[in-house]
Amino acid sequence: MPATFSRTPTDIERKDTGIGGKPPVDRRPTGGGGGDDNWDNHPSGRRGPRELLTRYRLGLSCALAGDLIFFIALVSAFFVHQTAGHFDLRENYVSDWHPLTIPPILWINTAVLLLSSLTIEIARRHLFHEVDVMEEWLGLGRPAVRRAAPWLIATVALGSLFLAGQWIAWSQLASEGLTFTTTQNSHFFYLITATHGIHLVLGILALGIALCALFLLRRVQMRQIVVDVAAWYWHAMGIFWIFLFVLLTCFQ
Amino acid sequence: MSQIMHKKVARRSKIFTTDHRSIGINYLLLSLVAVAIGTILSLFMRIHIIAPGWKIPFWGVVPPEGYLALVTMHGTLMVFFVLTTAPVSGFGSLILPTQIGARRMAFPLLNALSFWLTTLSLAVLLAAFFVIGGAPISGWTNYPPLSAIAAAGPGQAAGMDLWLVSIGVFCLASILGAVNQLTTIIAKRCQGMMLMRMPLTVWSWLVTAILILFAFSILLAAVVLLFSDRHLATSFFIPSGEVINGLAIDPHANGSPMLWLHLFWFFGHPEVYIAILPAMGLTSSLLANFTRKPVFGYRFMVTTTLLIGFFGLLVWGHHMFVSGMNPYAGTAFALTTMAIAIPSSGKVLGWLAMLWRGRDSRVHPLPTPMLFTLGFLSFFIAGGLTGPILAQPVLDAYLHNTYFVVAHFHLIMAMAGVFSLFAAVYYWFPLLTGRLMNERLGKWHFWLSLIGAYGTFFPMHFAGLAGLPRHYAQLTGSTSTLASFLPLQTGITHTAFLLAGAQLLFLINLFWSAHRGQSAGNNPWLATTLEWAAPAEGCIVRRGPYEYGFHRNLPDFIPQCAEDPEQE
Repeated sequence: MPATFSRTPTDIERKDTGIGGKPPVDRRPTGGGGGDDNWDNHPSGRRGPRELLTRYRLGLSCALAGDLIFFIALVSAFFVHQTAGHFDLRENYVSDWHPLTIPPILWINTAVLLLSSLTIEIARRHLFHEVDVMEEWLGLGRPAVRRAAPWLIATVALGSLFLAGQWIAWSQLASEGLTFTTTQNSHFFYLITATHGIHLVLGILALGIALCALFLLRRVQMRQIVVDVAAWYWHAMGIFWIFLFVLLTCFQ
Repeated sequence: MSQIMHKKVARRSKIFTTDHRSIGINYLLLSLVAVAIGTILSLFMRIHIIAPGWKIPFWGVVPPEGYLALVTMHGTLMVFFVLTTAPVSGFGSLILPTQIGARRMAFPLLNALSFWLTTLSLAVLLAAFFVIGGAPISGWTNYPPLSAIAAAGPGQAAGMDLWLVSIGVFCLASILGAVNQLTTIIAKRCQGMMLMRMPLTVWSWLVTAILILFAFSILLAAVVLLFSDRHLATSFFIPSGEVINGLAIDPHANGSPMLWLHLFWFFGHPEVYIAILPAMGLTSSLLANFTRKPVFGYRFMVTTTLLIGFFGLLVWGHHMFVSGMNPYAGTAFALTTMAIAIPSSGKVLGWLAMLWRGRDSRVHPLPTPMLFTLGFLSFFIAGGLTGPILAQPVLDAYLHNTYFVVAHFHLIMAMAGVFSLFAAVYYWFPLLTGRLMNERLGKWHFWLSLIGAYGTFFPMHFAGLAGLPRHYAQLTGSTSTLASFLPLQTGITHTAFLLAGAQLLFLINLFWSAHRGQSAGNNPWLATTLEWAAPAEGCIVRRGPYEYGFHRNLPDFIPQCAEDPEQE
């Protein structure tokens, strides 16, 4: 029987010391280890401290690419409906598109979301600060975690504030008589903001998990990865929101 | 006692596992269940066409809408849970990591999650048979407004909802699986496995994963919009003035059913390539192995794979020539569709070139996997030749709703895809069990399937050319033209039973060979790729994947990770 497949699990894990290999830091090594595809130029064995981090970032970017396409498909409904209309009794083409006035609170929400991107970036950078990371890796306390945690909490607060702002925007629209089912445009407005909102709820959950992970995970590298992935997700949601906001305000 | 306990634990650990091999096998078993159900449904359809009065056990006489439910569920099961799940997720989990020298996928837990989401999706889909009204009846494409309004038919209420939930979950599972495969291929290749040293199967999986990211994200959005039309009183797809079953639907609606068509086919066409690209990669690999020659133009094969993936995203409109789309758009889509025939026929010519004088160099007298690969090639050519015909908007206007289209896509997608799956199972079976599959049964299986498949689908071309419409429950009425098709339909039904019956041989072979088959040894096909080389630790790839028949003095193949041969 070939050794590739056997009836019993043969997955032998590398002996792990618990703290893992040397974690990645913000200062990139210079020289050596080319970025090309030829492994002969790479050091053999493990391919450096950034390998795992790179893999998780890659996975996240692929998933976000799919998510972007999902949003693009939803937005296609917006443009299709802009051209919608019907012929009246005198055979004139009447557009059925009713432009929507965006509640001004969305400007504040946008600012809040941008600010939250800033706070999470600060948290993320703290976790890669070389001196702190080395200190954590050597088991001399957790300075990076101590510095990053407040910024993560601030991000969660700002994210929740954004969601509350969106809720207020919805209730303002509803008080003007524009509910989900009123017009084509309001369908779209509610659907797209709700979809983005669900993504942000997931983001806040991810931030919460990252916050717990900061204190629970033993490996420095895994702590970094959890926060890093959550941060890039959060940035992507910020960028998606900018696109959607421009769409909703400028393309009515 | 303790041994039984141990076995139970081992079995459980194979089901709830993050090991890519076990997950791959689980995916394949899931597909086996789906293909069995899908085949039985198709046999019900075939019987109903020639004998509408026949009573299905436990169901009774099939009503017209019941026939449409059979069509819908057959299509959905086969396209999603067989032709997508088995080659992409199944063999993608089972073989892909070992072929690039990785011990596991990039995210093993995510792989397990994808599998369980796929299982959930299948369960939800099958539940549609048992709700009030039964399964949905609007075909696997589910065009609105019929699919958007519960009053449109018996299966369009709860059954349609279950379909949407099932496909939504399936999209999510596929996207997560694609993310995993992409990351695995990019980041987990072993030392020396450069991009241009990857086996062509891996290239196919790479392009497939990218296509899945595009296609299934779009389908997920479409499903969300349709669900909101059905339950949140929006009208993305419901046009104004719609009257269904004598009831006026929401007069304020002014949505566009065309939007669904565009979104669905933007998914639907790449989906075809998602199903067939892994088959193409496998064909190149197997032909190289069994003719003992390097692949004809490795770079060429990679380029055509990439081109097919690229053009696959640009041709969705050729499914919509008769939908009322702008005729100029139809012309554009006809051009891109004919353009995709160029890389496809390039591949076919490459394969034929590999077969040229292949008899001189082959080691086995046409083993079963090679037969099935040749079967794939045959179906791909036979089905592919009708592609440029259907790509003409003018011809398609006549042929679109006839059996001609049924013949086309069953040959090129269903039969080609399934034959390639059989080739994969026969070829990789020794990896799973350490035993070869029985050759005699395999050959019977192949020839009966080939005769059954051509006998079933080839006559449909003539039926379609003569104008026999598809999607109709009953064609045995008093109208003389339709009645004249009855002998043809009877013949098709009989060969369909032959085709289905031949698969029993495959099942018998599968179970018999797993226990009693001839022992295979480490590398029964003398293959070069890594899954046979059993690299234990620190594998280093030193050469391309298809080094067959180069060296006269040495064995006629060099595994990818073998040490450099000494210069003589």
